Amino acid sequence: MIWQLDLAILTLVVIAGIGAITVKDLLAAAILFGAYSFMMCLLWSIMGAVDVSFTEAAVGAGASTVFFVAAVFRTTRRTKD
Amino acid sequence: MKIIALISVILAGALLVYATVDFPAWADPASPASTHLSPHFIEKTMEETSVPNIVTAVLADYRSYDTMYETTVIFAAGVACFLLLRIPRRKEPGERLYRHVLTGVTVRVKEGAKLPPSDDFERIDTLWTPPDLIIKTICRLLIPFIQLFALYVIAHGHHSPGGGFQGGVILGASIIMLAISHDLRTAVQRMREKVDVLLSAAGVFIYAGTGALCVLLGLNFLDYSALASVLYVDPVTARSHGILIVEIGVGIAVMATIIWIYNNVSSGGKYDEGL
Repeated sequence: MIWQLDLAILTLVVIAGIGAITVKDLLAAAILFGAYSFMMCLLWSIMGAVDVSFTEAAVGAGASTVFFVAAVFRTTRRTKD
Repeated sequence: MKIIALISVILAGALLVYATVDFPAWADPASPASTHLSPHFIEKTMEETSVPNIVTAVLADYRSYDTMYETTVIFAAGVACFLLLRIPRRKEPGERLYRHVLTGVTVRVKEGAKLPPSDDFERIDTLWTPPDLIIKTICRLLIPFIQLFALYVIAHGHHSPGGGFQGGVILGASIIMLAISHDLRTAVQRMREKVDVLLSAAGVFIYAGTGALCVLLGLNFLDYSALASVLYVDPVTARSHGILIVEIGVGIAVMATIIWIYNNVSSGGKYDEGL
């Protein structure tokens, strides 16, 4: 485990996490969640959990981002009420 | 109110960070997790199940019961999305758009009106951009390789990272890619809703059925060494084969559920026009 790499990725995880809950645009939040998942995937593989990392890359960064984008596609730019 | 929420979040976070001090250090050989079960798995997995990848053996053999219910949870998630979103009425959509393939002219068909029966028109989405030949062709070229890779991931889970969950997600993603690059109707034509439902239930059934077969053959639920008499191999190899069978079940269930959820979410339950 290289601590500099670890620190850099952990910082990016925190930035992506905070960004995903503060940003106004839903599509941007979905993409930030994808980035968060990908950083977590890198962290898992740094710690040697390759199976977990693979699942995170396929499910977290891939499938759930697609679900989020598909759900955002069904929303409108401004609320109707 | 916002300040109270912020303070409580910070307090809870600080408590969690404080609690991590009590964790055993990373890769500590004296931690409780590495003193009882891990040595057994590391030393005995190969001779008990003949599976080189310990994670796969733990996931699908030693803790098989756990994984069976994980698959059931995924199936339940698909059913929940279906029940929440699906609009079962088969009503004709109000306004449809058709494109004349040869000239590229778009025709708007009002509610109740009909298009003369001709193969020259293709249906397009009302919210969708013009067709992109490059994206369509590249996706067409890539999808078979993605599916082949997914099958490799499922089948090679014994030796390398991978297995039913990951392979199933990649297989599902290939169909979702078809839906994104063409349109939802093309993907639904390839993979009908009935097929989705049946496959996602069949995957769980393969898993639980393998367990029940082991009971019928006289051993414990999901003890794959009982399959030795059916598969004509020794009990150790039977456990390896049993893992492959349940991984295939997991892969089928996950693939169908991913596609099913995507269809419901992206079309708002109408299966008509989607992302």
